[in-house]
Amino acid sequence: MTRRPAAYDGVAVCCPVTVPYVRYSPETAHWWAGAALSALGERTGLGPADIDGFCFASFSSGPDSVVGMIQHLGLCPRWMDHIPTGGASGVMALRRAARAVQSGDADLVVCLAADTNQVDSFRQTLAGFSRFSQDAMYPYGFGGPNATFALITDNFMRTYGVGRESFGKLCVAQRANALSNPHALMKRPLSLDQYMSSRAISDPVHLLDCVMPCAGAEAFIVTTEEKAASLGLAAASIKATIERHNAFPEDPIQVRGGWVRDVDTLWEAAGCSPEDMDTIQFYDDYPVIVAMQMEDLGFCRKGEVAGFIDRHDFTISGSLPLNTNGGQLSAGQAGAAGGFQNVTEALRQVLGCPLGDQVPDARRALVSGFGLVNYDRGVCTGAAVLEGAT
Amino acid sequence: MSNPLSPPKRKDPLTPSRLGHVPPRLRSRAAKAMAVRAGQGRFVLQVCEGCSEATYPPRDRCPHCWGELRWADQPQTAVLLAETVVRATTDNFFREHLPWRIGTVQLDAGPTAVAHLHGDVAIGDQVRMRLVLDRGGNPALFALPLKETPHMQDDPQLRVFTSAPKHRRILVTDGRTRLGQDVAQALLAAGAGTVFLGNSDPLLRHDGEEWIASTPNIDMVPLDLTDSRSVSELAGTLGGRVDIIVNTAGYVRPGGVSSGSRLATLQTAMDINAFGLLRLAQSFGPALGARSDDGVNSAAAFVDINSIYAMTGNAGFAGFAASAAARLSLVAGLRGEMASVGIRVASVLCGPIDDAWHQAVPPPKVATSRVAQAVVQVLQDGLEQVCVGDVAEDLAARWQQDPFLTIREENL
Ligand SMILES: [Zn+2]
Repeated sequence: MTRRPAAYDGVAVCCPVTVPYVRYSPETAHWWAGAALSALGERTGLGPADIDGFCFASFSSGPDSVVGMIQHLGLCPRWMDHIPTGGASGVMALRRAARAVQSGDADLVVCLAADTNQVDSFRQTLAGFSRFSQDAMYPYGFGGPNATFALITDNFMRTYGVGRESFGKLCVAQRANALSNPHALMKRPLSLDQYMSSRAISDPVHLLDCVMPCAGAEAFIVTTEEKAASLGLAAASIKATIERHNAFPEDPIQVRGGWVRDVDTLWEAAGCSPEDMDTIQFYDDYPVIVAMQMEDLGFCRKGEVAGFIDRHDFTISGSLPLNTNGGQLSAGQAGAAGGFQNVTEALRQVLGCPLGDQVPDARRALVSGFGLVNYDRGVCTGAAVLEGAT
Repeated sequence: MSNPLSPPKRKDPLTPSRLGHVPPRLRSRAAKAMAVRAGQGRFVLQVCEGCSEATYPPRDRCPHCWGELRWADQPQTAVLLAETVVRATTDNFFREHLPWRIGTVQLDAGPTAVAHLHGDVAIGDQVRMRLVLDRGGNPALFALPLKETPHMQDDPQLRVFTSAPKHRRILVTDGRTRLGQDVAQALLAAGAGTVFLGNSDPLLRHDGEEWIASTPNIDMVPLDLTDSRSVSELAGTLGGRVDIIVNTAGYVRPGGVSSGSRLATLQTAMDINAFGLLRLAQSFGPALGARSDDGVNSAAAFVDINSIYAMTGNAGFAGFAASAAARLSLVAGLRGEMASVGIRVASVLCGPIDDAWHQAVPPPKVATSRVAQAVVQVLQDGLEQVCVGDVAEDLAARWQQDPFLTIREENL
């Protein structure tokens, strides 16, 4: 049993910012990062000198890391971090910033993810993504993550008897949720029929199982409760978090993520259970991963997700509101910001300031991260339980 | 079963050829080491010196115990666990080859891997894995049916990785020799569409003329490898109609370095063995590269038959071995250039061939028909280097263990 982590006493998470996404942008990641800081500044009155901690994630800021970014944007932090884990970066930034604030290494940390999407950036990002991908995945048809997740989906459906209808139900619900989010890239309703008949991209992955790459930025602030109060910012608290990387390398094909190793720790530390979640913001690069998380984070047993999906309504007014901003599947995937949008949306729901419709009486939210297909599976996982003020 | 390959249709001169794109080429150093073994037809994975576990994808240290890794031959069997058909890609090469089928295999050697799939393998099947080279010269895992199926070699995905002679037009550079004629015969038997046989002196009679004249699908063409104009004229005449070149030309004379040889003899050896290859590459290379992805009879390979003594030198044939070394070095350079345009460059390395110039050499000597079979195998399996015959295999094995000792042994 893992040693029980300390509670996040005194830590406040606040000020979720989303810079509205666009499909293609001629601007750089630096521009998008600046746009997020500018929005934060407008909301809080903070300037460069007030930020003493900075945690950054991006795929397209190269050659700059967080170092280039702070000089570019005029920050002088006494604590900083660069998180290269894409879909897991939001939860990871949250945990790192929280501990920095708690220990006094920083007073106010801005966690920020920004990515641009120029006309050829998706192909370029893919081509140089990771060594294992270069050596052993991309030369096999160059289907990108669609092909990798097609293999995972094919195996998952076969092994656990899950049909495309189950994934379709998730996608359709997320689209319904997206319709109230003015920033979502997908603006038309989606029917299960449309989902089922969308064209195959890499069987059994079809067009509507795939996210749309776009440009955008996401940010939030982690600080002390006192500082948040002095700035007049509504704040949520962190009940518990976990992360795990490269779990279960012995599984021939990914059927579970690292959550499984730490899920008991998560719920024990949070002092609540999956049934207590008012909304879940799951990383959703492909619906199979959303389904996997329902099992691995304790909502149902392994192999029973088809029935679980069948029994629930995942729309904002439903029994288990999922990805209430539409998620990446309907709002768009802005690179590493895709790993932050679940955090900002969870924050908004528990703080009562969503982009679209509010989950009634939302107080607790579960956020999950899943990132970086280094070769044949997602390597990085994380999760956090956030709670708004009562 | 695979659909048997139909002969290519006559080409409409107004239709542009498909550009010779190659699959994504960036690889780690470890993957390049894997490519070397793939080019020799081996099925290898890295195995840990500490814990003996096999690992994949190629790494620089063992993920189980952090021990050092070495390449080792592995069992070729596996089971297909999952599959997908890629129908969309941003890569120029694969766009021309969609839909493209890949899968996840559980290797009996231990790791799982993503592999290209033959059309005759299905989920749950036991498969036979091959380590092949892709058109860019990089290593790739390919899952074949466990047992031979009808027209198995004609599978369109498999054919991308090979240079199979079937329906292809092949230039064999020296038709005046037994070696050139045996190679031509073996290629025709393997389904070659046409063999162009080079003849450096059409007025001078030579052995095998009657066989050539009576064999369909052989064209005798004028080709003198010592004459730049002759080579470029033939390239101009044959244009884009040559899909594979097999350079069988070789000039072998005995002699030492300080004694027993004449400078003029060495110059002739260099002119045929080394410069001849250079002339061929310069005249035919660009046209081959432009047609490397041009359908059923796309341009595919340049095969050079050379002496194993290229690697060591050879007492008694010093000048000849030097020209062979120059030739092998040129082939290495050509391989790099042609990999970027999708053409496989291969060496077939032989010990002494059983011909008039090796009368004084004791057996074993390699029969020309055996060399011809090796050429066909190199093309069918898409290899880069094979050693033919006992002498060549023995020397290569010793060289692999201790190159400098082998050089000493061959010259002292
Ligand atoms: Zn080891």
